[in-house]
Amino acid sequence: MEGLERIVREHPFFAGLPDAFCTLVCGCAKNVRFEAAQYLFHEGDPANQFYLIRHGRAALELHAPGRGPVTFQTLAPGEIVGVSWLVPPYRWTYDARALTLVRAIAMDAACLRQKCEADHDLGYELMKRFMPVLIQRLEATRLQILDVYGTHG
Amino acid sequence: MAEAVADPMLPQVARVQRRRRDGPDIWTLAIEPDMPGAAAAFAPGQFNMLTVFGVGEVPVSFSGDPAEGGPVIHTIRAVGPVSSALSRLDPGAPIGLRGPFGAGWPMAEMAGHDVVIVAGGLGLAPLRPALYRLLAERARYGQIVLLYGTRSPGEILFRREIEAWRRRLDIDIEVTVDHAAADWHGHVGVVTTLIPRAAFDPLHAIALVCGPEIMMRFAIAALHDAGLADEAIYLSMERNMKCAVGFCGHCQFGPVFVCRDGPVFRYDRVRAMLALKEI
Amino acid sequence: MPSAGQAVLTIDGLQQLFDLLKRRGYRVLGPTVLDRAIVYDDIASLADLPCGWTDEQDGGHYRLVRRDDEALFGYAVGPHSWKKFLHPPTQRLWTAETTDAGVHIAAEPHASERLALIGVRACEIAAIAVQDRVLTGGAQVDPYYLARRNAAFIVAVNCGTAGGTCFCASMHTGPKATAGYDLALTELLDGPDHRFTVEVGSEHGRSVLAELSHRGATDQEVEQADAVVARTAASMGRAMCSDDVHDLLLRNLDHPHWAAVAERCLTCGNCTMVCPTCFCTTVEDASELDGSRATRSQRWDSCFTMDFSYLHGGSVRSSARSRYRQWMTHKLATWWDQFGTSGCVGCGRCITWCPVGIDITEEVAAIRDSEPS
Repeated sequence: MEGLERIVREHPFFAGLPDAFCTLVCGCAKNVRFEAAQYLFHEGDPANQFYLIRHGRAALELHAPGRGPVTFQTLAPGEIVGVSWLVPPYRWTYDARALTLVRAIAMDAACLRQKCEADHDLGYELMKRFMPVLIQRLEATRLQILDVYGTHG
Repeated sequence: MAEAVADPMLPQVARVQRRRRDGPDIWTLAIEPDMPGAAAAFAPGQFNMLTVFGVGEVPVSFSGDPAEGGPVIHTIRAVGPVSSALSRLDPGAPIGLRGPFGAGWPMAEMAGHDVVIVAGGLGLAPLRPALYRLLAERARYGQIVLLYGTRSPGEILFRREIEAWRRRLDIDIEVTVDHAAADWHGHVGVVTTLIPRAAFDPLHAIALVCGPEIMMRFAIAALHDAGLADEAIYLSMERNMKCAVGFCGHCQFGPVFVCRDGPVFRYDRVRAMLALKEI
Repeated sequence: MPSAGQAVLTIDGLQQLFDLLKRRGYRVLGPTVLDRAIVYDDIASLADLPCGWTDEQDGGHYRLVRRDDEALFGYAVGPHSWKKFLHPPTQRLWTAETTDAGVHIAAEPHASERLALIGVRACEIAAIAVQDRVLTGGAQVDPYYLARRNAAFIVAVNCGTAGGTCFCASMHTGPKATAGYDLALTELLDGPDHRFTVEVGSEHGRSVLAELSHRGATDQEVEQADAVVARTAASMGRAMCSDDVHDLLLRNLDHPHWAAVAERCLTCGNCTMVCPTCFCTTVEDASELDGSRATRSQRWDSCFTMDFSYLHGGSVRSSARSRYRQWMTHKLATWWDQFGTSGCVGCGRCITWCPVGIDITEEVAAIRDSEPS
């Protein structure tokens, strides 16, 4: 468990998190690995875990009939795969696939939600870290929607 | 006082030497003036006015290598009557050429600095001459980073050339697309997401940005977040142009004429106008 | 360079001036009545001038009214300005001929006619100087404008009557012409003879005057001429407090007043057509059906059109608000950044010829008075 705690502590996402909280968080964490082309999760699956990438890259995809899988975002080391675990119905709305060998920390979503409910200070520390991720993704998505490279009018 | 004055509105006659398709609706033309040696030297970031006789004239940035003599290279997107007519010209067809016009990329200022190039879509074309120059004088510069974003993998401009540059050891290149099919293993996401991870020293870097105006605004915000000052960022603006010499009034952007004071501007000069709508 | 002494010309002397200029090969242009307005056109004799007419001008209002005297220049300015001749509405630029030998492009020859402009007001001299700066004062020169300009002979007239929409005094462009002319006349109607004091402004003007019957002006006549101009300066129809306009407008680009003006503005572009400094043009390409010949021509354009700022499938300035703001801020503010002067000479035409009477002096005042502090 000590090795895992060090890994969690060192992950950029948890930078600055007080030691006590780190220990709490580690209680929900485990080390995982995906081979290239393996899926981390599928659209519609219950969002039981989310992942902090330590090594490798993952693609977020949606499958469109007649179009096959369309990748709308790729994620790199240090980034979070999966935010749907934060809010009901706790269900994935897209596929996530490993593009390369991926080593990640898997966080048990239910476990973490429970601990945040029990300790609101922990909850707030995690919210402070998740909010910027959500907002950045929202802003980037807006730019993608505008299809700026297309011809208009 | 009534001596002969050079007529800036008079084109010279040139020929299309060859034409190559570089993407959906995107064509690169090699153009040779009829009068030998008449093609003026150009600076990266400048543009010519190209005429299709009887149809009209449009501004197009140089997209070739400034060190190479020979035909003038222009990459065009066929969107309107003139650019569509340009894209259909066969080798040997006559074309009118006026230029070079405008203020180009700050090549001299970049010496001794890291250079971060952020290009979106067709915006890579006006930046390519700068890249050629940077790579030809590689020792003059620090880190060179090219971040390129476009709609999808099929629309990556100058793809083979980018792949060739990528094989060099002295330039960092990242390419991203807005969306892709499963056979694409590169980045997917907007080009701004490449900026935080790019390796450059923000205190000693100069950024060159070119692409759709919205993309440039987002890219500049991301460059600010990465630590670049306004004075270290240059962008290439576009506006309606008819004369290219500051007489027709069309290209005004606040107090500046894009044809003559630009198209390349240091960001601090145009920051206030970029924040306003319909200026 | 104004000469130390002024001369006096009688009415006959003025006719002699027209005849002399014609003999010297000039096309003589001046004010004349046409379609119930005073316009600039070819003139041959005194009879062509608007003798005894004056103009009643206000926002969106222009009428000719009879005077109770025989003044030849007793009015302000009409819908035409001298740009009609110096920077004309259409100008062919070049012709390209395609033969078996290839394409040959021939530039349109420069105008061969020389223009004599009669009755140029101080505000118009200022406007010509503004266009000189735009079209010949930068790195590039418009050769057609330069050729016409260099060949022009200018006979200025100092205004004896201020117009209802005039504000040259507050723009520091008049009513007295101080430079930029070959000869400058001030009409004197008091006293025995209908006559003009004449100031010489160039060597060319001096050589022309030498061939006309004239005499030296008395001190009293010079004083009379000064008094005419002083009276005009004191009776301007409008005023614009102009010293701070650049900064005032550029820090109020999002002021709610722009939307208020936009409610009234029809974006008809009249103001740009009558304004003596508006210089914007567009180009048009045309060809023979068989493709053997193509031409390009330049014609006046207006920033009020939807096309003017067209880019990538739409206009950058599509709202009336943005187009009015562009015109007014260019004219009064960014013109300073581009050319070192105001673009406005206070002639008042834009006020008179606006169908809804939008008044540029009022719009500036409205923004100044309601500036959020």
